[in-house]
Amino acid sequence: MTDIYSQQRAMRSMREAAMQRGVIAILDIGSSKIACLILRFDGPDQFRESDGVGSLAGQSAFRVIGAATTRSRGVRFGEIDAMQETERAIRTAIQAAQKMANIRVDHVIACFSGANPRSYGLDGVVELNNAAVTEDDVARVLAACDMPDIGEGREVLHAQPVNFALDHRSGLNDPRGQIGNRLAVDMHVLTVDSAVIQNLLYCIKRCDLELAGLASSAYVSGISALVEDEQELGAACIDLGGGSTGLSIFMKKHMIYSDSVRLGGDHVTSDISKGLQVPLSTAERIKTFYGGVVATGMDDREMIEIGGDTGDWEHDRRTVSRAELIGIMRPRVEEILEEVRACLDASGFEHLRSQQIVLTGGGSQIPGLDGLAPKILGQQVRIGRPLRVQGLPQAATGAGFASAVGLCLFAAHPQDEWWDFDIPAESYPARSLRRAFRWFKDNW
Amino acid sequence: MRSLMRKSRPSRQYHSVAAPRATRTMGGGQARTSANRDPAPSRLAYKVHRLWLTPTFRALLRVGLPIGAVLLTVGWYFSIPENRAAIAEKFTQIQRSVQERPEFMVKLMAVEGATPVVSDAVRQMLPVDFPISSFDLDLEAMRQEITTLDVVEKADLRVRPGGVLEVAITERQPVIIWRHEGILDLLDRTGHRVASLMARNGRSDLPLIAGAGADDAVKEALDLIETARPFGPKMRGLVRVGERRWDVVLATKQRILLPETDPVAALEQVIALDQAQEVMARDLTVVDMRNPLRPTLRLGEPAVEELRRIRAIEFGVDDQ
Repeated sequence: MTDIYSQQRAMRSMREAAMQRGVIAILDIGSSKIACLILRFDGPDQFRESDGVGSLAGQSAFRVIGAATTRSRGVRFGEIDAMQETERAIRTAIQAAQKMANIRVDHVIACFSGANPRSYGLDGVVELNNAAVTEDDVARVLAACDMPDIGEGREVLHAQPVNFALDHRSGLNDPRGQIGNRLAVDMHVLTVDSAVIQNLLYCIKRCDLELAGLASSAYVSGISALVEDEQELGAACIDLGGGSTGLSIFMKKHMIYSDSVRLGGDHVTSDISKGLQVPLSTAERIKTFYGGVVATGMDDREMIEIGGDTGDWEHDRRTVSRAELIGIMRPRVEEILEEVRACLDASGFEHLRSQQIVLTGGGSQIPGLDGLAPKILGQQVRIGRPLRVQGLPQAATGAGFASAVGLCLFAAHPQDEWWDFDIPAESYPARSLRRAFRWFKDNW
Repeated sequence: MRSLMRKSRPSRQYHSVAAPRATRTMGGGQARTSANRDPAPSRLAYKVHRLWLTPTFRALLRVGLPIGAVLLTVGWYFSIPENRAAIAEKFTQIQRSVQERPEFMVKLMAVEGATPVVSDAVRQMLPVDFPISSFDLDLEAMRQEITTLDVVEKADLRVRPGGVLEVAITERQPVIIWRHEGILDLLDRTGHRVASLMARNGRSDLPLIAGAGADDAVKEALDLIETARPFGPKMRGLVRVGERRWDVVLATKQRILLPETDPVAALEQVIALDQAQEVMARDLTVVDMRNPLRPTLRLGEPAVEELRRIRAIEFGVDDQ
């Protein structure tokens, strides 16, 4: 646990260093594409303390100065599958973005969608003796949360305090300075497979980059695709990615639940490929240009040449109607949405006051999805596009870049996490004594 | 049906086989087509590109490399002795050509403020071959050399426009003659030697002093001579005794011994005595004023005899 703490703290200090330099790279490692954005920060001077935007990790305005995307290879289900290939893909994206920005980046913040994210709700209580809450008390109460058994080979990716309660007043965002007897916190912890993180770290290190932060792609696409009142009142963001579909539930501007379904657009593509007997690249192209989920009479007449290069005339001149294509795609899309529905049911989403659902990610661009999704997910469904950020090229404003844009926002305005607070002072001596003892044992 | 479709809706004819663009730089956009393997920069290419984007590296390349190359070339060039010699020679040549321009040439020397003898001496001392460049004249050294002449009190050297080396000399004015060790020297007011004198008659207008160390007290001597003016031509000169006090020597072989301190007052006292009682016209050899409170006279031999005779008469003592 302390290991994670120090790792995450190291990443935070790396992020501070990047802020000092003013340049940071955003890397969205997806199953279908790897996107890299290069941000230039205008420095923290833009905001004053009195503007009320002060944060522990610091805030800054930023501008996108470089953007590049490359077809992903070696990534499956949002996890690194072939290290060398992924490294090559990351290199391609980084180099192209650097070329566009004409600047060298050394720090990168990455997000990924896979690695079986699992959410835990933790709570901790600490007595205060009728004193004002200090930052130290916040750290104490965060440390007081008893860690559930997250299992072997899992690591904490996010540990965000989502709610503070002081005596009988709950729903506090920032209890510091208030006076009470009993401080309680609700913390949301997201754990992922550590092997995935190790692979990612290795790949980024091989590219001579320093990792300045890690985020779950479901979380960051929620940041960018949900509008402010949705985040406040409660909403779920469903990131329909290539290899996996991320789900994050927000309330009171905090992520309170996250999950992922290991199904995505690539499965639709592979269905088309199998169903139409075409190569994957052709299937992807057909899906992007003619795909849909609601067939109309017009679609029966619209013929698509699916081609081929076998030299057999009959084989190469095959055509398929759009209705057939929709017939292939729809069951798979329905399956994905039903899996998402199951996840939402498991999370207790129906107990939320507002049950807005926002679909985003590349998969949300399938025409007719806005008609299909309400049938499965409920009435309050909309298709979300990421926030506009300054300097973002037109080509990167689509729904597929929701997590990249969200990661930009995450880089600029990170949520306070457990590791932003110092370890409570009382646990220091025992720890350092133990460390000293271990050092002696190791060296003599 | 299909062919009809094609005719009526040509826009629906799609070519689906084109490979997708593997890499896109947004906003820029060069499309690269590839067959199977997606293009990616090699590790080396990636590192070189990153190095190229490093600002310090760029600065080093833009500034450091040219400077280094120039320094290397210059250093290599100068490391060869022939090149260094050639450059030094060329430099000297250019320097000479500038220095020897007619504007800088000095054609003659003009000595001012000096008697012809001194002027000739100065010309002999400075053996300059005119014309000469003014850069080659070391005026300060020449001035030092001229000043070694006793007669020269001050010398100013400058190169006047028109190529004339002007030597302005202030000569010392002799005010007194100093006889010592059989030589006659002319001294100026400060006691500095001006020139030698063959015979006293050469400068009979100047007073004479004698004795070792007399040149150190020329000022006092001049005061005394001024005071002794009433003696007129009877005054022969002053003698320095023991390098501390003066004797006034008169033509009648009479001497006035003056004290070390305030000799002028003592001399005035003697002159006053002389004017009142004509002391000096009497037969005495020495007026001893070394103790001004007790002036002492030494009489001449006949005067002593006479005095004794008179005393003997007074006391009724026989001459024998």
